[in-house]
Amino acid sequence: MKAIMKPSRIVAAVAALVVSAGIARAVELPFDQINAGRYQAALGDCAGCHTAPGGKPYAGGVSLETPFGTLVAPNITPDGATGIGTWSEADFRRALKQGIGHGGKRLYPAMPYTAYTKMTDSDVAALWAYFRTVQPVTNEVQSNRLPFPFNIRLLMAGWNWINFTPGDFKPDPKKTDEWNRGAYIVEAAGHCSVCHAPKSALGADKGGLTGTVLQGWFAPNITGNLHEGVGSWSAEEIVSYLKTGVGRGSIGSGPMREVIENSTSKMTDADLKAIAVYLKDLPASDKAAPTPVATDNPAMQTGARIYAVNCSACHNGDGSGQGALFPKLAGNSVVQQGDPTTLIHIVLAGSQGAVTAAAPTTPAMPSFAWRLTDQQVADVLTYVRNNWGNAAPPVAPDAVGKQRKNGS
Amino acid sequence: MASTRRQFLTSAAALSFVTIASQTYAQTISGALPWHPFAGDPPQPSLAGWYFFKPEEARVIEAIVDRLIPADDLSVGGRDAGCAAFIDRQLAGSFGNSSRLYTQGPYAKGTPTQGYQGEATPAMRYRAGLAAIDAYLRKNKNDRGFAQLNAQEQDDFLKTLEAGKVDLGAIDGKTLFDLFLQNTMEGFFADPVYGGNRDMVSWKMIGFPGARYDYRDHITKHNQRYPLGPVSITGAPDWSHKG
Amino acid sequence: MARKLPPKDVVIVGLGWTGAILAHELTETGLDVVAIERGPWRDTATDFNIGYMQDELRYAVRRDLFLQPAQEAMTMRNTTSQTALPMRDYGSFLPGTGVGGAGVHWNGHTWRFWQSDFETKSHLTQRYGEGRIADLQVQDWGVTYDEMESAYDRFEYLCGISGKAGNLNGNIQEGGNPFESARKREYPLPPMQMPYAPTLFAEGAKSVGYHPFPTPSANLSKSYVNPLGIAMGQCTMCGFCERFGCANYSKSSAQTTILPLLMRKSNFEARCNSEVLQVNLDGAGKMAKGVTYIDSSGVEWEQPAEMVLLCAYGLHNARLMMLSKIGKIYDPQTGEGTVGRNYCYQTNAGIQLFFEDKNFNPFIASGACGQTVDDFNGDAFDHGSLDFVGGAGINCIPTNGRPIGFRPTPPGTPRWGSAWKKATKDNYLSTLGFSSQGSSYAARGNYLDLDPTYKDRFGRPLLRMTFDFPDNDIRMSHWVSDRMVEIAKALKPKQYVEARRNKSWNSVPYQSTHNTGGAIMGADPKTSAVNKYLQSWDVPNVFVIGASAFPQNAGKNPTGTVGALAFHAADAIRNQYLRNPGAALVQA
Repeated sequence: MKAIMKPSRIVAAVAALVVSAGIARAVELPFDQINAGRYQAALGDCAGCHTAPGGKPYAGGVSLETPFGTLVAPNITPDGATGIGTWSEADFRRALKQGIGHGGKRLYPAMPYTAYTKMTDSDVAALWAYFRTVQPVTNEVQSNRLPFPFNIRLLMAGWNWINFTPGDFKPDPKKTDEWNRGAYIVEAAGHCSVCHAPKSALGADKGGLTGTVLQGWFAPNITGNLHEGVGSWSAEEIVSYLKTGVGRGSIGSGPMREVIENSTSKMTDADLKAIAVYLKDLPASDKAAPTPVATDNPAMQTGARIYAVNCSACHNGDGSGQGALFPKLAGNSVVQQGDPTTLIHIVLAGSQGAVTAAAPTTPAMPSFAWRLTDQQVADVLTYVRNNWGNAAPPVAPDAVGKQRKNGS
Repeated sequence: MASTRRQFLTSAAALSFVTIASQTYAQTISGALPWHPFAGDPPQPSLAGWYFFKPEEARVIEAIVDRLIPADDLSVGGRDAGCAAFIDRQLAGSFGNSSRLYTQGPYAKGTPTQGYQGEATPAMRYRAGLAAIDAYLRKNKNDRGFAQLNAQEQDDFLKTLEAGKVDLGAIDGKTLFDLFLQNTMEGFFADPVYGGNRDMVSWKMIGFPGARYDYRDHITKHNQRYPLGPVSITGAPDWSHKG
Repeated sequence: MARKLPPKDVVIVGLGWTGAILAHELTETGLDVVAIERGPWRDTATDFNIGYMQDELRYAVRRDLFLQPAQEAMTMRNTTSQTALPMRDYGSFLPGTGVGGAGVHWNGHTWRFWQSDFETKSHLTQRYGEGRIADLQVQDWGVTYDEMESAYDRFEYLCGISGKAGNLNGNIQEGGNPFESARKREYPLPPMQMPYAPTLFAEGAKSVGYHPFPTPSANLSKSYVNPLGIAMGQCTMCGFCERFGCANYSKSSAQTTILPLLMRKSNFEARCNSEVLQVNLDGAGKMAKGVTYIDSSGVEWEQPAEMVLLCAYGLHNARLMMLSKIGKIYDPQTGEGTVGRNYCYQTNAGIQLFFEDKNFNPFIASGACGQTVDDFNGDAFDHGSLDFVGGAGINCIPTNGRPIGFRPTPPGTPRWGSAWKKATKDNYLSTLGFSSQGSSYAARGNYLDLDPTYKDRFGRPLLRMTFDFPDNDIRMSHWVSDRMVEIAKALKPKQYVEARRNKSWNSVPYQSTHNTGGAIMGADPKTSAVNKYLQSWDVPNVFVIGASAFPQNAGKNPTGTVGALAFHAADAIRNQYLRNPGAALVQA
């Protein structure tokens, strides 16, 4: 009977953690700095790579599939043997800002030091302070599983020479503090470009946030472009999307889901607003809306019939969606990206939406790969991308076939 | 390489789920709502050929379903609608072997309100029933089986079977007829994915739109015929186009 | 020997409606909760795929989502003089299984019972005298409607019930049910849009002086966000509701209202494909120590816990109590014992109207979109000059036009051949049906116990159901059928055909999965198995939640009351029991 009367085991467990990991260090590391570092870890979404699903925080183990092979994010808890327990603060700063790890090992740019290099020293110091308080976990991670020649870390020196410009964030004095705060988060800790910037053949950012394909998804254009980008989104809609996972009829899913759940949903409203202000002010990519595919096109006609049976019961016949449950398709910038990879992926594989405290529904779209042929997926997407005022290039059945074959 | 650095967390979380969920092992779920890409358990369209019936049984079943649902100006007959193929697939699966039912003894004759208390599965009832019908007819109809009777003779026999007036020995002819009729109607009206209702013939006949899911446009259009044709789980002919 | 697991604060048996509500409520207090569910995990996008959920054969006829008799059957007989035999296939009622339970594939009619229903015995005795109920074993619930009002309200807002209040704080509302007990606020959503059949029915009912109103529905009239922050969709009238999972999040279930939040809690675990065999008691049989369950690979586990909540289907709750020796099994000869007592059902009848010139599009339907007449339900009308008590709601709720099951033809039509085919085509779109759902009042000889002969796959005795419709209920049903005929005639059909309720209860054709009683609530431990908070009188750290608690059934679908009882019990546990765990909340 007594167990029921005790404080919950959860609370007890948290308390125990503080005792073992926190108090001993509290003397040397002031709370405010640690707490600021915890926020930096959220801004930087460190957990996205360094915490395995169901694993201990920051103990590593997330596999990163790259075109060059597999990398596994290392253990960054303060464990002496398997984590970064033997690192100094200078080691830590050098890793973040220069891509050089303990003992001079060059990091692969899967670790976004190309962005973190812009973090301020005080933010890096706070982050360091926070990671000292993380529960040490003994977890050996074999992080480099790249095949030859990519397994030669020294190659990164050459890569860096071509692709990497170390240096602090430079505020633009002509812009507001809010704009600069947004720019700092987006370019530094937030490392948005890692997903949203087009890439060179070597995998380096080519600049701009006009979108690119990653892991079977297309990270969309987030410039101020009115058609494809966030130009037509209000700042409030961007804030809502990043905070709750739901905004302007869109629901975060795919790789962005994890970013929303681990990172943006934990940001302050002021920082989210700053991000929105900055993104909306980014020079719009010059891409204009294409002419929509004509309604008498056979793909549009067939697509309409497929839509009526498969899609309208959730997204509605007029593409208006249903709030936090079913995305709005009409006027949705994600739907109208030039590259249809994300849409094809979602129709074939289905997708589960982001889940946050403010939007806990976690709706999922079912897989249609079993039901629709390549041609039918292409037709219904061409219809969705060119109906209700939408306009985007038609989807080719071959593109669907390729993704189906790749299992994405 | 940085462009693909992000791990799609949910897919990794799901991997362990796939392995477990595809079998019915006990599992503990906590921390998140499970989901994984490509998840689903759609029906598998059946292939050609007979799964359960022997060729001579198939000929009789085809003849029976073609009398229960005769070809006329409303629709093709039960045979061309695929009802025999449907029954064949059902008997080859969990319906045929009663694997979902309570099959422990002791077996006793119950009251009518206690339902079927026989030990035989549907597959056994078909096999024995068709053999008994064949033996009965050969004895009483000049050594002809059901398939060899003309349509009028077939109808007459089925009516007497339905009325419980055919002596099939240990087999109750009326309940056997009821089983035939039940399965034939299932085949005629089920989704075509199961082998019957070919080309959605029965749905077109009565005006059932099939596997649609959104009728909001038509709810308050009282007393007006619904304008769209039927759709199957496997789709509809007008989901294809040339060029 | 079962392998012993680390203890939990609370173990819940069954993760359906009541299990999910209790799990949510108790995890909010910080308790560590595990729900053990016999069936599989089920999720909307994965298991109720919008591309293949519309499969009548698979889900309605072969019943893929339901409990299969091979897993657990029951035996039945109409009277104690007969030998019970197993229902080798379920027919008359269809228990659910799996996460979400029968709440996955229900229709969604969501009623409140009335004040007079909660005080059946005292109310009827006071109004008509003791003699009127002498043949029955009706009882009071031990709670009043007023005590239940807020619990009903919470369930309705959790679900997003679509309806129109008929009685707001005593003020009768135009368009609602004028006979309902007072509610404190309006339904969370307005009623659904009505298709043709219920619209016509309502006109007919009004023309003969009755008071039709939109049936309160858990198929949502609009998209909705519930108090837990979980979003639901608008019902699209697909016609695949009862026996199917909802593919577009528009029917209330544990999946669409609670699980997204519950599953994220670190102090909650769902353990699926695991069947609880028994509640383990201490040596004296006075306290539960936890449960033993068997997983799908046949391994037995012991899950110790401070509290056990039986949240399975009502019939399974009763059987688990019997198998675990919680309380004494009811004996119809002596009237002693409480577990298995007052098993009740639902007393239904129907009528079908054939028209020449109408098109009802029967496939445009949802489980609970329709119109109800409650003029003859419960004690809404004076029974003074009548020879029965109780009543029935008259419902025109066309749920589907699925053609394996729905092929109305007029009497005299052959069952096959060209004449059958023509009649089927001619009547498919132009037939209107409605039905009466009647109260089922307890009788001494209707009860549940353990079968002496038949065993489940683990060798445990099956539940034995002894039931027939009491004469009172048959008389009631015929009287309400006469009222249905009045409405039918007013609609001027070409022909109408009645399906009246007669003896004996037949376990084969589907009638209703509203099995109630077996672990009934009440104020007296001699005549009830659980107290007014659904706490076992005999083992106070066991609560038994579900329709098993109904002392008798009203002429209404039970889920609204089951959901309300779950909140009612959760409140009692949170606000009273946890202050003094292990103590009885009501002194016997």
